[in-house]
Amino acid sequence: MDVIANALYGIPILGLLFQFGGYLIAIIPPIAPIILRSATPLALGALCGVMCERSGVVNIGIEGTMLAAAFTGWAVGVGLAPVLGGTPSAIFGATPVLLIALGAALLVSLAIAAVHAWLSITVRADQIISGTIINIAAFGVTGYLNAIIAKGSPTSAGAFTAWTPPSALTDLPIVGWILAMFLAQGPITMSVLVLVVVLQVLLFRSRWGLRTRAVGEHPKAAETVGIDVIRIRYRNVILAGLLAGLAGAFLSMESTNSFQAEMTAGRGYIALAAMIVGRWTPVGALLAALLFSSFEAIGQVLSFRPPGGELGDLLTAVPGQVYSALPYLVTIIVLAGVVGRSIPPAADGRPYERESAT
Amino acid sequence: MTEASPRVRRRALARIWAIAALPLLAILIALIVGAVIILGSELIAGGPFNPILPLTAYLALIQGAFGTFDAVVDTLVATSPLVFGGLAVAVAFRAGLFNIGAQGQFLMGALGAVAAGVAVSGQPSIIAIPIAVAAGVAAGALAGFIPGFLKATSGAHEVVTTIMLNYIAIQILALLVSGPLKVPNSPSPVTFEVGNASYPVLFGPNGHLGIVIAVVAVVVLSWVLYRTTLGFEIRAVGTNPDAAANAGMRPRGITVLSMTIAGALAGLAGTDVVLGSAHHMTSSFGTTVGFDSIAVALLARSEPIGILPAALLFGAMRAGADLMQIKAQIPRELVDVIQATILLVLVATPVLRRLINLRGTKAAIAPPPTITRSYGSGEAQP
Repeated sequence: MDVIANALYGIPILGLLFQFGGYLIAIIPPIAPIILRSATPLALGALCGVMCERSGVVNIGIEGTMLAAAFTGWAVGVGLAPVLGGTPSAIFGATPVLLIALGAALLVSLAIAAVHAWLSITVRADQIISGTIINIAAFGVTGYLNAIIAKGSPTSAGAFTAWTPPSALTDLPIVGWILAMFLAQGPITMSVLVLVVVLQVLLFRSRWGLRTRAVGEHPKAAETVGIDVIRIRYRNVILAGLLAGLAGAFLSMESTNSFQAEMTAGRGYIALAAMIVGRWTPVGALLAALLFSSFEAIGQVLSFRPPGGELGDLLTAVPGQVYSALPYLVTIIVLAGVVGRSIPPAADGRPYERESAT
Repeated sequence: MTEASPRVRRRALARIWAIAALPLLAILIALIVGAVIILGSELIAGGPFNPILPLTAYLALIQGAFGTFDAVVDTLVATSPLVFGGLAVAVAFRAGLFNIGAQGQFLMGALGAVAAGVAVSGQPSIIAIPIAVAAGVAAGALAGFIPGFLKATSGAHEVVTTIMLNYIAIQILALLVSGPLKVPNSPSPVTFEVGNASYPVLFGPNGHLGIVIAVVAVVVLSWVLYRTTLGFEIRAVGTNPDAAANAGMRPRGITVLSMTIAGALAGLAGTDVVLGSAHHMTSSFGTTVGFDSIAVALLARSEPIGILPAALLFGAMRAGADLMQIKAQIPRELVDVIQATILLVLVATPVLRRLINLRGTKAAIAPPPTITRSYGSGEAQP
């Protein structure tokens, strides 16, 4: 075995790749929880996209919905914290304030999704333009209100904390780090796994899923067998808003306890790419989100814990900005490579007009 | 010359009304919404309630934008990059493409202009300016070519790829400004001044050449779109790529070309800011030009001529926002809120028409029908 390894090390590029593989095997277990955590907003956003687009409505407004929900959760927490206070409970560090703030964030995301549904289903506006306007509006309103609230340098209501699984589980050989990846997490990250499985089953095994897919593929045929196309689309788009809202709440109430203008930093769009790469399925979307987030996480780890040897010299010579650009670059490459083979629902993005009864 | 008959004049007025009525109404509604938000945020912030604060704010905004000659010049300076950016989004719209990447192309253009401008800053202006402008245009065009090429070859939708390129552009800019372009031994990442490559000031304290170039660009684009074969093909592909392909045009080629032209125009916007007003660059260089450009193009219905008033509106708001912030303590982000409300009202036009009977008005936002249809693009382009 050593002979082979040494031989491989001898060939310059292959040797470097080999070293890199070894480095990845060494660092992935400790950063696995971080990878899942940064995949969370991407996966939730992608699930939102799957629900909308499976029923035939394109939702570019995920970014804006996330931003608005992140702001609302933080702002409501800031507003209520001095009034209600409360000590963090043992379960995920939840306080009444945090729960109310989460509820408010979800309500706002429902409202925004309802606006998008109305514009794209009833008004039949161009869905990509409608979504973009939602993004611009969310950017403007949150930026404005944030400027007003931040003047008083307020204290935040804190954030949900991660659960600490018993060390008997996480110390298990081989599977220990996988368990830690899924269990040493906050409530929103943990809910992602449940949501992915539930949505996957519902989408392909339930009456709702069959109807949703029918409406997204061939709305006219769906209507002729008595499915209310408009109602299904409304229901899907509005409920999907909750998922984007949860992603936003994660950003300001679980991964951090604060809000900054533009804090979504394009995650809503990367989520759309994850949805496309995942071929409009919940499980695929989660896997794609994990792919994107592992590039992000590995980029970060490389900058503060580079490997030794010539590989380390090579990797530290690359400026940090390259690693920061990595997730975006990977998104483009994957999108350009996969999209041709990834086929969207046939009626995606096309407004449905009911034929008038004569 | 004969006097235009009253009938002709009335018809001309009717045409202007048909085009301008809805945008004007949208602006009015947005101002009202803005006022309500100002009043609401007074309640959030606490303190004494001032019912005429919205009026104070808007007056300060107008005064800041048009109050003095210098203010007007500042407004024009803020308007000129929006004209280029608006054209960049509009050209793509006409070809059935949604260029959200104006921001990234803008940054790349600014970067190209500053890199070349610094290199030739000692040369005479007559040589330095064209070189810096050419570099800015080329950098922007390259940033536009990439998503156009990806769309034409693999079907990757430009909405996602251009936004990813926006974030990549930020990193490229930070990388170059804190690396090769940085002034040696400077404590903060900042480039040298562009020196002789700066646009000459033509009027007022800072009314630079870029303002004139912006007007020329509108005329040229208008001519290209309506009087040349290329413009006809762009509009044909934007309206119906299948029909255009059947007529012997090449939609893929037009897609690449329109995105490249759009990138070049957005690059001119970045060049305009660097050579006209900023003169150097820091690693946090960035403006709202990219997203404002989308608003400008939508408000102008992607008509080159309409870009001028639309850009002036947003340029004036950006220029006046500072005085509003000082005089009325209203955060300058209010401009973003007003801008977003204008767009929301415009996109909901059919409903607006039902509520208020506006006879003879044209649809406010008329994007080509192909923008959303090509999304995800399982079907390869013809």
